[in-house]
Amino acid sequence: MSAVAVQRVDPMVRVGRLLKRRETSVVLAIVVVVAIATSVNSAFAFGSDGFRNLLLTPSLLIVLAVAQAIVVISKNIDLSVSAVLGITAYATGRMFTDWPGVPIPVVILLAVGLGALLGVVNGALVSVARVPSLVITLGTLYIFRGADIAWAGGTRINAADLPTGFKDIGTGSIAGIPVLTIVAVVVLGVVAFVLGHLRAGRELYAIGSDEEAADLYGLRVRRRVFWSFVASGTLAGLAGVLFAARYATVSSTAGAGLELQAVAAAVIGGVAIAGGSGTALGAALGAVLLTTIDRALPTVGIQDFWQQAVVGVLIIGAIVLDRVLAQRNARRLIAQAAHQHGSHVTAGPGEAGK
Amino acid sequence: MSVTDIVLEAGTTRTTPEAPSPVVRLRRLLLGRDAAIFAVLVVVWLIASVSVKNFSSPNTVYFLLLDIFPILLIALPMTMVVITSEIDLSVGSMVGLSSVVVGTLYEAGVPVGVAALVALAVGVVGGALNGFLVTVVGLPSLAVTIGTLALFRGVAVGLLGTTAITGFPQGWKDAVSARLFGPGTALPGVILVFLVLAVVFMVILHFTPMGRATYAIGLNDEAAHFSGVKVGHVKFWLFVATGAVASLAGIYWTLRYDSARGDNATGLELSVVAAVLVGGVSIFGGKGALPGVVAGALVIGALRSALRLADVSSDVINVATGLLLVTTVIVPSLLAALRRVRPRRRAGPAA
Repeated sequence: MSAVAVQRVDPMVRVGRLLKRRETSVVLAIVVVVAIATSVNSAFAFGSDGFRNLLLTPSLLIVLAVAQAIVVISKNIDLSVSAVLGITAYATGRMFTDWPGVPIPVVILLAVGLGALLGVVNGALVSVARVPSLVITLGTLYIFRGADIAWAGGTRINAADLPTGFKDIGTGSIAGIPVLTIVAVVVLGVVAFVLGHLRAGRELYAIGSDEEAADLYGLRVRRRVFWSFVASGTLAGLAGVLFAARYATVSSTAGAGLELQAVAAAVIGGVAIAGGSGTALGAALGAVLLTTIDRALPTVGIQDFWQQAVVGVLIIGAIVLDRVLAQRNARRLIAQAAHQHGSHVTAGPGEAGK
Repeated sequence: MSVTDIVLEAGTTRTTPEAPSPVVRLRRLLLGRDAAIFAVLVVVWLIASVSVKNFSSPNTVYFLLLDIFPILLIALPMTMVVITSEIDLSVGSMVGLSSVVVGTLYEAGVPVGVAALVALAVGVVGGALNGFLVTVVGLPSLAVTIGTLALFRGVAVGLLGTTAITGFPQGWKDAVSARLFGPGTALPGVILVFLVLAVVFMVILHFTPMGRATYAIGLNDEAAHFSGVKVGHVKFWLFVATGAVASLAGIYWTLRYDSARGDNATGLELSVVAAVLVGGVSIFGGKGALPGVVAGALVIGALRSALRLADVSSDVINVATGLLLVTTVIVPSLLAALRRVRPRRRAGPAA
């Protein structure tokens, strides 16, 4: 069905398409928020810490949002990411306290491996038992968090427990750019490449658009879905390591509630809950927008208690906008088809992803 | 190509099946799909009574019922929402918002009764917002209610910040925690509210056209639409009912714990969904019944209360709830998978 010969596209049309993309509007929204906050208090973007924070704060959520994008594109959802983050963050700290002198890379690998293992649990339950991921990950959200609390109890990891080399990951920077930001951007780059250009990624879009069709076409739906959950768990584990490095204090409630922020970021960035559309870049930009708004609210004199309400409005706004645009697009395509009356079928511009 | 189908359809004589009598329907309700969950309830209850000290005392039952009262209430409309294969994740936040509305109004000098009515109205409006976005705008309820989960909670937390409002009139607090048959007995008076609502919802779901429509929508909403069911209409009012009942639970929560806080009932939606699914309602829609859901809520309540009495920390109790949820949804899937495999080998006497 896809057009075989790719025609040269008029530059003006290309600019028009770029403007219509969700990523562009999210970037605009971020710029507006930063501009408003900076006009109130110039330290927001230009202060000694302002610019650094602008880059540093979203990095954790970027990793989680990108992870969420992987599963949501295949029409699933992973609500357990925050619990995975919590337990791996605590595990990271415990490895340093229980095994003094353990090399940092070993700890990071083991913690990320723990995340991957929890992802395997989710993936196996979803793909083998064929139960909707919403229910399974709701259950594992309870279970992983409960296990975390049972393990940690009232104890917590303090900054003094962690080696300086590890904490440097959270606080250090290379050429003025925070290490955490670099990690987040690398994650984004890899996931964006896989989703956009590799077979594994493209198949996730196919599965999300129509699982039955994907199955009939011969795609290994269950296997792909399984691995998408493993990927999500792995990235949540990585986020747990980053959390420990950044905050250096880990209690058993670390990251609680982040699952909604991750889903929200993905949805705001154009990753539709209905599956089959959206990009990793969009999800990451959604994360940047959320955290930037979060930081901007107190600056412009709104108590940050209202942050969650803003998140709610943004989610609803984003999905309503998606719906309206999709309807308009459908109407336009119908009109176009009627106009050309079957003489020539054009490929729709609403191609998901890149 | 479909012309022949239509002709065939028109040629066949239609036989309308006779509606089963109410007695038959009631028996099916009690002994059908729900039998398993009733058995689980009995087993959990028996084991807990034998192994946990004081579990079967009237006082334990009294506190158990008070604790799961919000879950029991919200599970009623939620069951119908899930049967239409939609979901409402915003109920926990609505409980919190309703609680904050009661609190802030009471602090501003409004009588509790009036404040409660306003909170109910807020619940209706919130539910209508969910219903509007799902049915009129046509958005997936999962996405919508994740959005309103954040929105309602955000407004609740935004209004009160981290402060709590306490000191509600003693009369109201007593009314909420009063026992039905005098001191020392097991049944709290509020259970009457639940019983009335439960009867209303059971009649609607199991004995009216609206209830049949609910199942029809869950099985295939397009087919339901073409059979003349007003799909959007039914779904809309179910979301409104869920919002209203959630705000009722919020009023209860405020008075029972004498505290209106923005973070009241955080995560309650998980327990409600767990109760509904443990109670045998299919997440795919179209299947399930209310007696099973009530039993499901009681199982979760009994499990939590027994573990608490046995000095198990609340975190491990959460693990138990999560495991219960995961197992109850996996077991039917695995059984179905087994059934798909077995017929080929001729069903043997032993599995």
